[in-house]
Amino acid sequence: MNILELQNLQKYFATQKAVDDISFTIKQGSIFGLLGPNGAGKTTLLRMITGIFYPDKGNILFNGKPFDPVKDVGKIGYMPEERGLYKKMKIGEQALYLAQLKGLSKADAMQKIKAWFIKFEMESWWNKKVEDLSKGMSQKLQFVTTVLHEPELIILDEPFSGLDPVNANLIKDEIFNLAKNGSTIIFSTHRMEQVEEICGHIAIVNKGKKILDGTVPQIKNQFKENVYRLGATTAAHHLMTYIFEVIKHQPNELLLKLLHDSTPNDVLKFFINQDVAIHSFNEVLPTLNEIFIKLVEGTPEARQFETIK
Amino acid sequence: MNKTWLIIKREYITRVRNKTFLLSTFLLPIVMMLFIFGSAFFALSSKEKLKTIAVINDPGMFKANLQGDTARLVFDFINTVDSTNFFAKGYDAVLNLNNDSIARKYTIHSKKQLGIDAQEMIEKKLDKAYENNQLQKKGIRKQTLDSISKIANGAFSVENRLTSEKGKSQEVNAQLNYGVGFGSGILIYITMFIFGAMVMRGVMEEKTSRIAEVMVSSVKPFQLMMGKIIGIAAVGLTQFFLWIVLVLILSTALSFFIPHDILQQASEMNKNMPVGGSSAMAMKLIDIKQTVSTVNWAQIISFFIFYFLGGYLFYASLFAAIGSVINEDPQEAQSLMLPITMPIIFAFIIMTSNLNTPDSTIMVWASMIPFTSPIVMMARIPSGVPWQQLVLSMALLIAGFWCTTWLAAKIYRTGILMYGKKANWKEMIKWAFKKS
Repeated sequence: MNILELQNLQKYFATQKAVDDISFTIKQGSIFGLLGPNGAGKTTLLRMITGIFYPDKGNILFNGKPFDPVKDVGKIGYMPEERGLYKKMKIGEQALYLAQLKGLSKADAMQKIKAWFIKFEMESWWNKKVEDLSKGMSQKLQFVTTVLHEPELIILDEPFSGLDPVNANLIKDEIFNLAKNGSTIIFSTHRMEQVEEICGHIAIVNKGKKILDGTVPQIKNQFKENVYRLGATTAAHHLMTYIFEVIKHQPNELLLKLLHDSTPNDVLKFFINQDVAIHSFNEVLPTLNEIFIKLVEGTPEARQFETIK
Repeated sequence: MNKTWLIIKREYITRVRNKTFLLSTFLLPIVMMLFIFGSAFFALSSKEKLKTIAVINDPGMFKANLQGDTARLVFDFINTVDSTNFFAKGYDAVLNLNNDSIARKYTIHSKKQLGIDAQEMIEKKLDKAYENNQLQKKGIRKQTLDSISKIANGAFSVENRLTSEKGKSQEVNAQLNYGVGFGSGILIYITMFIFGAMVMRGVMEEKTSRIAEVMVSSVKPFQLMMGKIIGIAAVGLTQFFLWIVLVLILSTALSFFIPHDILQQASEMNKNMPVGGSSAMAMKLIDIKQTVSTVNWAQIISFFIFYFLGGYLFYASLFAAIGSVINEDPQEAQSLMLPITMPIIFAFIIMTSNLNTPDSTIMVWASMIPFTSPIVMMARIPSGVPWQQLVLSMALLIAGFWCTTWLAAKIYRTGILMYGKKANWKEMIKWAFKKS
């Protein structure tokens, strides 16, 4: 079941094609990573999904039905990259206010806030003001207010920025928990190692267009270059062969790239025949970081302004 | 609708709980009352000093007719005094009636400045003395003159009654109308700035603290803007209500402490002086009976609330739009606000310079156009405005605020999500008229 389906979304601004014909689907209960360099159109895309912007063209289906911002915003929790809270407002009141705006009743909201505050050890914060909080603390509060109303779709834009490793892990565990309980999570970031760790499915956008879409293993396979790492205690007599070429030569390790149609077995045979003591042999898949850089390389760092006809 | 209500509630409660609100609500009427009563007292105490003036070189026609004022001015015809020794002989000043009797220009020497008031009074006394002298020359006896002036002094008063088409007559008090009109015009002018700026700062706060995007993912930008505007309007009305109650309580309380006749005396003595105005005002405030009977307060207060709300709504959304395009830098606000503050200031200038002629063409026009009508019409209402003009003005104001709100909402929607870029008027107008 797809919770969200984007069909040919398009949003042009006066000087930029912010989102230019993007389509993808997101399965319910999955953690979806939306990646892209700065200015790729991620925020615009997320703003359309949260009902802040209307697309110029294209459709958004939410739970199979056309997305209706007025009705559906209560089922979405959005933590924008430019996040903030009312500085002078008390923390408890603020959480209550934001929850009520998402459509929760006062009693219901109170109960949920208390549960979350206990979980995150924030009970003593209730009467403090946001301006008294450190950046990491307000980040935690922001996360709580985003997921408080148990949204079906949670959109997190750079949720770990400004968090220390302990708190980042706390939030990460909660993200997994929420996904396990059926919420769908869209996760937007530049930090590839987090994406590899958290997301099942990713899409990369650049210059307003989607350039890649798939599960993490799929994408890695798609971009693999048949590179293998061989660990051996004794050196080979010769490495002259048509089976592979050596990319990197280290005392006890070789990085090999397979040539022609040779298979890993051919490689192993080659070394076994030479009586090399092999202790490890495994495929080296490209990291998402490498794939990302490869894909967006050559793109000017900042998007250029253009005239839209 | 429910969400808008939540926003209104938050905007209202956070502001009413604020210390600045409490301070301005309770201190302002106290300061104002102290100022009015204080200046009345000040005026009173400064006038009580008796001045003795030596008159020298009388050509003859003044001695019999120049009469002082028992409380404030005494003339002493004595020729042993001159401009060098009058102070040593116990006089405040010496009036020399000899320097230029043809041009009728005399000199008065004093050690301290006499003051406009005293100088004017001396001139009046001289005029009167001259008049009496001339009348006596024509054969009217002094006793006759005295008895006439005794009767005639303050024998007449004019009361202006308005006759409506139905023939019902109504008493008007031009001076009080002037005061009430001016007061309510000024109050609308000040509050429009205070509450308009409050809306602008609120929007700026939401933008700079980056909560705007979180908010618009839950509510529509229009709801957010209107919630803020209505919430602050409610704050304004609360403040007015508390002010009225406080002023009533304070003026009744003060009237117990200040003897009525002293204030009356003060206000009559200084009718032409600016300070006299405020003691007259204090008089009026205390004399609630008189005030209530001559001014239709219910009518004025209800029009005041209408024009306050109308004018506020007309401008508040514009202030919100300005707030939405500003990034952190308050100086940007200054230049962007100018086109909005200009008409308000312009309305204030029209009102103050034409208040004496509430039915003049410029006042009528300015009270129709929504940009100026809240201030100008409020100044006209106490003197009576034809109902056709009132209806037209009110209808135009309502239409006007729908227009500005509609346009401002579009600017606001784009502005609150723009970071780091400074918008100019050209862009804002483009946003306002862009099809959604």
